Amino acid sequence: MGKYIEMIRIRFLMMLAYRTNYYSGIIIYSINIAAYYFLWSAIYGGKEDIEGLSVIQMTTYIAVAWMARAFYFNNIDREIALEIKEGKVAVELIRPYHYLSMKTMQALGEGIFRLLFFSVPGMVIVSLIFPLKISADPATWGFFAISIVFSFMINTQINLMTGILTFFLFNNDGLIRAKRVVIDLFSGLLLPISFYPLWAQSIMGYFPFQYISYVPSMIFTGGFAGSEVWNAIMMQFLWVAILFIPIQILWVLAKKQMVIQGG
Amino acid sequence: MSYVSIFMQYVGQYMKTRLTYRTDMIVEIFSDLLFQAVNLVFILVVFGHTKLLSGWTKDEIIFIYGFFLIPFAVFSTFFNIWDFNERYIVKGELDRILTRPIHSLFQVILERLELESMFGVITGLVVMVYAGQNLGLTIEWYDPVLFLLFVLGGSLVYAGIFISIATISFWSDSRTAIMPMMYNIGNFGRYPVNIYNQIIRFVLTWILPFAFVGVCPAAFFLGKTDWYLYAFLTPVMGIAFFIFSIILWNIGVTKYRGAGN
Repeated sequence: MGKYIEMIRIRFLMMLAYRTNYYSGIIIYSINIAAYYFLWSAIYGGKEDIEGLSVIQMTTYIAVAWMARAFYFNNIDREIALEIKEGKVAVELIRPYHYLSMKTMQALGEGIFRLLFFSVPGMVIVSLIFPLKISADPATWGFFAISIVFSFMINTQINLMTGILTFFLFNNDGLIRAKRVVIDLFSGLLLPISFYPLWAQSIMGYFPFQYISYVPSMIFTGGFAGSEVWNAIMMQFLWVAILFIPIQILWVLAKKQMVIQGG
Repeated sequence: MSYVSIFMQYVGQYMKTRLTYRTDMIVEIFSDLLFQAVNLVFILVVFGHTKLLSGWTKDEIIFIYGFFLIPFAVFSTFFNIWDFNERYIVKGELDRILTRPIHSLFQVILERLELESMFGVITGLVVMVYAGQNLGLTIEWYDPVLFLLFVLGGSLVYAGIFISIATISFWSDSRTAIMPMMYNIGNFGRYPVNIYNQIIRFVLTWILPFAFVGVCPAAFFLGKTDWYLYAFLTPVMGIAFFIFSIILWNIGVTKYRGAGN
């Protein structure tokens, strides 16, 4: 276990070395939230609420969704794909750790870094400028914290799967991009899932995507109440458990038919 | 050797590498289509809850989106410099570029070509024609000429912004979170900019002039007379921003210090 914690630490320190530009990122991020705020105000056009969310809740939803994304987002699918393409993965596999766990830990180190140096200051600045509805209830914060940890796990699992597929496809930039687009749309980052027509919502129910962004953001904005929160978190947990299975299968298959393309 | 023939040779090589990984190329084209659909879905879902967006109808917003896709496709074909920092600065790849007797930016553009992004032009035209028919728009003789001019202007605006941001890497090589976010900010130029407050409107018109890649030129074809001045400014803004970014690049290159091995 110690070596994995060390991985988190090293990645965190690596990010820390290059921190300056993150502050400029916060300004761009604020412009982004601001534009969304006005766009949504225009969409609401004086309406009290859409699907149970007020304009203020909607702005909070967008702000927190992008902040949470900074934590759960990572590029390990691209990293894995690159290591496979360059043949580095051969060396990685003979090292005394589990390759996929190691990648996950690196992603976690990166996520924690962005949470502390991007999300938290960004959220403070945004909440000073815009009328956000931020709950003071510690329970909401607690549920939100649990929920984004699960978001991280589900998103990372999907990334691992995409990355491992490089073993079979050799070059899968296209798939990585397609995956990112699907996650942006169906995770609820751009639009709350409840805004979609009902038939679309019922299809999305069969996929894990909405548990990445929609659930934590709804918990934070108070769009979910009471038992809904528990159900959503249980579903997140369930998906984390389910997604282990395809990863294991793909991993075993990948190791069997691995081709090292140079290195 | 002239720049044109170098360009053609790179295109030839590019085709060969792409055709080696055919499945990936098909997936990539498909993922582009998916990406274009995402934004359309956003518009459709939003208009499922409202009739007008500060006076603009659903078809008008869709038309703007269709127009936007075309300069954006041209931009993404030639200016894939969003990972310039990682790819060229951090890894020291620019050393290789600088030893060759061709303008460094031109080489970077050639190496990062993505010709399949051009499919976006077709998607854009289809979306525009669809929305245009719903709106009953007619095409005058001067429309195609202005259309090309506006597309060129819009592409140059995009190129200018992204090249300028890439040049930051010459002064500071730390990783930045700006690039991915910038793609998102580009989306806001597709909505009538008068829905934003003064600061954001100013930013989208004069500082990060994404309005000139979406609403401004498209408003001309929609016959919104009060936008005509902005529409005709599109090529001017494009050329101005592009030249500005080239100047920044040329200054930046002299500040470059090799890294990596």
